[in-house]
Amino acid sequence: MTIAEKILSNHVGYPVKAGDLIICPVDGVMATDTTGPLAIQAFREMGGKQVFDKSKCVLVLDHAVPPPNERIANLHKMMRAFAKEQGIKLFEIGEGICHQVMVEHEFVKPGDVFIGADSHTPTYGALNAFACGVGSTDLAATMMTGQIWLKVPESIKIVCSGKLQEGVSAKDLILFLVGQLTISGATYQSIEFAGEAFEDMTLASRMTIANMVAEMGGKTGIVHPKGLLLDYDFEVIEPDENAVYLQTFEFDVSGLEAQISAPESPDNVGNISQWEGTEIDYAFIGTCCNGRLEDLQAAAAVLKGKRIKEGVRFLIAPASKSTLLDAMNDGTLQILIEAGASIITPGCGPCVGTHQGVPGNDEVVISAANRNFKGRMGNPNSNIYLAAPATVAASALNGKITSSANAS
Amino acid sequence: MTFVYGDNIDTDRIIPGKYTKTLDMSTLADHVLEDLDPEFSKKVKPGDYLVAGKNFGCGSSREQAPLALKKSGIAVVIAEDFARIFYRNAINIGLPVLEIGKHFINRGDQLSVDIKEGFIKNETNGESYQAVKMPQVMIDILDSGGLVEYLKENGTYKL
Repeated sequence: MTIAEKILSNHVGYPVKAGDLIICPVDGVMATDTTGPLAIQAFREMGGKQVFDKSKCVLVLDHAVPPPNERIANLHKMMRAFAKEQGIKLFEIGEGICHQVMVEHEFVKPGDVFIGADSHTPTYGALNAFACGVGSTDLAATMMTGQIWLKVPESIKIVCSGKLQEGVSAKDLILFLVGQLTISGATYQSIEFAGEAFEDMTLASRMTIANMVAEMGGKTGIVHPKGLLLDYDFEVIEPDENAVYLQTFEFDVSGLEAQISAPESPDNVGNISQWEGTEIDYAFIGTCCNGRLEDLQAAAAVLKGKRIKEGVRFLIAPASKSTLLDAMNDGTLQILIEAGASIITPGCGPCVGTHQGVPGNDEVVISAANRNFKGRMGNPNSNIYLAAPATVAASALNGKITSSANAS
Repeated sequence: MTFVYGDNIDTDRIIPGKYTKTLDMSTLADHVLEDLDPEFSKKVKPGDYLVAGKNFGCGSSREQAPLALKKSGIAVVIAEDFARIFYRNAINIGLPVLEIGKHFINRGDQLSVDIKEGFIKNETNGESYQAVKMPQVMIDILDSGGLVEYLKENGTYKL
């Protein structure tokens, strides 16, 4: 069995294989302020009275926080009222991005099946869990019944041998892999990431990897647990030696360079040298992909004692309040602010194009986020390049796309 | 009318994120596909068809994407294939989706569509297509008009 087949088998209580249709009990569900209001409405329409388990249903205000207008303020109000009525946990504005707080607060653990009403829910594959994104009505149904119907996915194995070079990060690796597999390369499938390149990765880096499974169309993506370190004991789930994979990809990534994803699709990826020198107006670090402490530290390492290029603006949205506090306590925040960055409320920030930093016409953005579709940041006439946090910082410093190795 | 678009139409193009935070579905229909085809929301009429290439609806999990299309009057979305969350969401809100593989359908072609049988005839060029069969649970959800009605009727899933 693959990791996905094992986790799902453990949940339904009998052995399942790719292609089987199952009704699977879940260990947790989560919705945000983009998907939650519709889910609450659907829950009521379905006749939902009480969520299946109060301790397993969570709402997070993160996509438009603090609310930029009365419409969104009222949606937040509606979610708070529902959380209170049901006695479920709601993370307030500024607590952080849903995926970050789910992991930090241990609402999802290794071996779990977790359903989130957000496409980047596969992020929890970093924890050796089966996590899958759904829309609002599926979320409502799961919140009511504690179950979801699923087709057991086929699995793709991606084996990366070799260690990443100094200055090359998990983001560069996953951008490279998205470029290789393409935006639809894993549609309906589970990806298993294995090999030396992943083994010494932090949990944060593993989350960056699993996060962008969404940009390959995957149902879930699970990082092999070898080397995974958590604050608590857990049982690892490994694939059987005779597990069946639809495809196996092998890459030697020891020579991988920093990568860029150019407009207007995350799979439009190449070595940074192709785009070095492209002038930028706006740099952004944050999101469920790259807003964690190690990401801010990587930016600070590039910017220490320096000042970003005049005329460039640089926004940082820490992934959570705890990230913000940690970055404050270890001096990272001071370096970034002195270099010229503005720190905004922990949350999804400008990545979802609703507020907090919409680019102007013809402006060029370099972003540590995961999506650069047309109009993604709220203006269809702007251009978004995706990169690792160190590259974003180096580019802010020079006012043009720059590899952190060439930052001056 | 048959509207035809290309591959990898993402949910940001179907309905930009800035419009998603609402429970007012008519606002969604006003902005549907505006960054891809600004004329669409003005021209679309109830019963029209939307036809696309590969991986339609990739990106965000926003159910507002199929809701905006349904509210605009689109009767069925036909594509070579779909991104998985969009596909599930469409069925869950009662918007029929048909996956037909490689096709030769052009903007304005006259189509006859049997949603129940998943059969499409392009009256303009004579080609016909049989859609991939959905699992029974999805057929049942669509027959009920969506997942809300399905669960009201059944209480739980039946595979």
